[in-house]
Amino acid sequence: MSIIEVKNIHKKFGELEVLKGINFEVKEKDVVCLIGASGSGKSTILRCINQLETFDSGEILFENENIYNIKNINSYRSKVGMVFQSFNLFNNMSVIKNCTIAQIKVLNISKEEAEKKAIYYLDKVGMKDFAHATCSTLSGGQKQRVAIARALCMNPKVLLFDEPTSALDPEMVHEVLNVMKDLANEGLTMIIVTHEMEFAKDVSNKVIFMDKGIIVESGTPDVIFTNPSQDRTKEFLKRYLK
Amino acid sequence: MQYLYIGLFKESFEIFTKYLPSFLYGIQNTLLISIVGTAFGLIIGLLIGGIRAIPIEKSDTQIQKIFKKIYYLISGIYIEVFRGTPMMVQAVFIYHSLRTTLNWTPIVAGMFIISINTGAYMSEIIRAGIQSIDKGQNEAARSLGMTNFQSMLYIIIPQAIKNSFPAMGNELIVNIKDSSVLNVISVTELFFQSSSIAGSVFKYKETFLVTALIYLTLTVICSNLLRYIENKLNNTKSNYPSSDTSIVNQNLKGNGA
Repeated sequence: MSIIEVKNIHKKFGELEVLKGINFEVKEKDVVCLIGASGSGKSTILRCINQLETFDSGEILFENENIYNIKNINSYRSKVGMVFQSFNLFNNMSVIKNCTIAQIKVLNISKEEAEKKAIYYLDKVGMKDFAHATCSTLSGGQKQRVAIARALCMNPKVLLFDEPTSALDPEMVHEVLNVMKDLANEGLTMIIVTHEMEFAKDVSNKVIFMDKGIIVESGTPDVIFTNPSQDRTKEFLKRYLK
Repeated sequence: MQYLYIGLFKESFEIFTKYLPSFLYGIQNTLLISIVGTAFGLIIGLLIGGIRAIPIEKSDTQIQKIFKKIYYLISGIYIEVFRGTPMMVQAVFIYHSLRTTLNWTPIVAGMFIISINTGAYMSEIIRAGIQSIDKGQNEAARSLGMTNFQSMLYIIIPQAIKNSFPAMGNELIVNIKDSSVLNVISVTELFFQSSSIAGSVFKYKETFLVTALIYLTLTVICSNLLRYIENKLNNTKSNYPSSDTSIVNQNLKGNGA
């Protein structure tokens, strides 16, 4: 069953057309990686799916329903989790509060239950010991793992990652990617914008290469990373192709 | 020359001791009016500035859009009028306009006027504080399914208050001093009391030296208290050792001590 279907999305920022007809489909348990140069529209499409941006034409379907027709946008957003490049942990709250506030306020779960769930997911990302720490005391990799746990607490149907490792040093990249690998193995549906080609190759079952607002090529990682058909893809992946 | 100054301080001191109860009564009212006024001003500012920071969204219904536009207009007029006219004028106008209907005492009127005047400034302080928060905070809250209002209440406003705390504290200090204009509606605050004393002993220079020193003492105590609270708010300790020798940290310490 397809969870998300993106159909012919166009979007302009003023005069600049950043998305020129994007089409793709994400099925249950898919791990889709969006790769491409900066400014190619990868993050924008992700933000359109979460409705953090609006788009000009086309439609995005979530479980076969047009997301613009969904009455309760907030309950939709809680099903589509998002992890940001700059972590965006709530600076005024402890780690555990970060993970419980939305559960309590959006899903109307009791505080005790929310905390139980938060501890469960914090444990999963290896951050249980930091539950009562303040966010500003964490390292980048720790922050991102908390952000992932925070998104998981909402039991999302699909999790969107917007360059989750771009602000991290190589060691921290590793710890975050490991967490994401585990999630992929457990069958969580994910859409990942990334510059980590090795990771995309290992984890995803579908890779989409974007350039200047269009999808140049998409397919299984084997095809994209070993035998791409388009010249632009070959050029972009020069360093990774053997 | 030197003798003259010593004489001035001596006479001031005599006036201070002789009229201590009157001065104390004035201090009490000045503090009461400015603290109550700043507190209510803060509440007004949070309501008005907080709601003003919520933008009109594409997904809003037509009625919501119209309500928001009317709200921006009215709150904008409120802020412009109360920031754009002297508090002294506001005091005289409002006190006398509502005196017959509300039958209020000058001191209640004084608190009311300081509250709405401060509210106008606080609205802008809060709005600026909200705008200083990284928009990623709001995006993260929204992506978890929180409404704009929830995001504002639990995530943005607490951080905005912390960021704009120095500016808010400044309002309190300004109010301690500026409540003196309320003497035009006969609020018995410190300036009014001083005027009465000075008039009765006919020693303006000596009396108002005392007054100035009292105001200075009040504001210095207040600003130290506010700085103490500010440091308390910002005392999150990092796991990582931070540099004591960096230029930035040294400057911060210099100001904080």
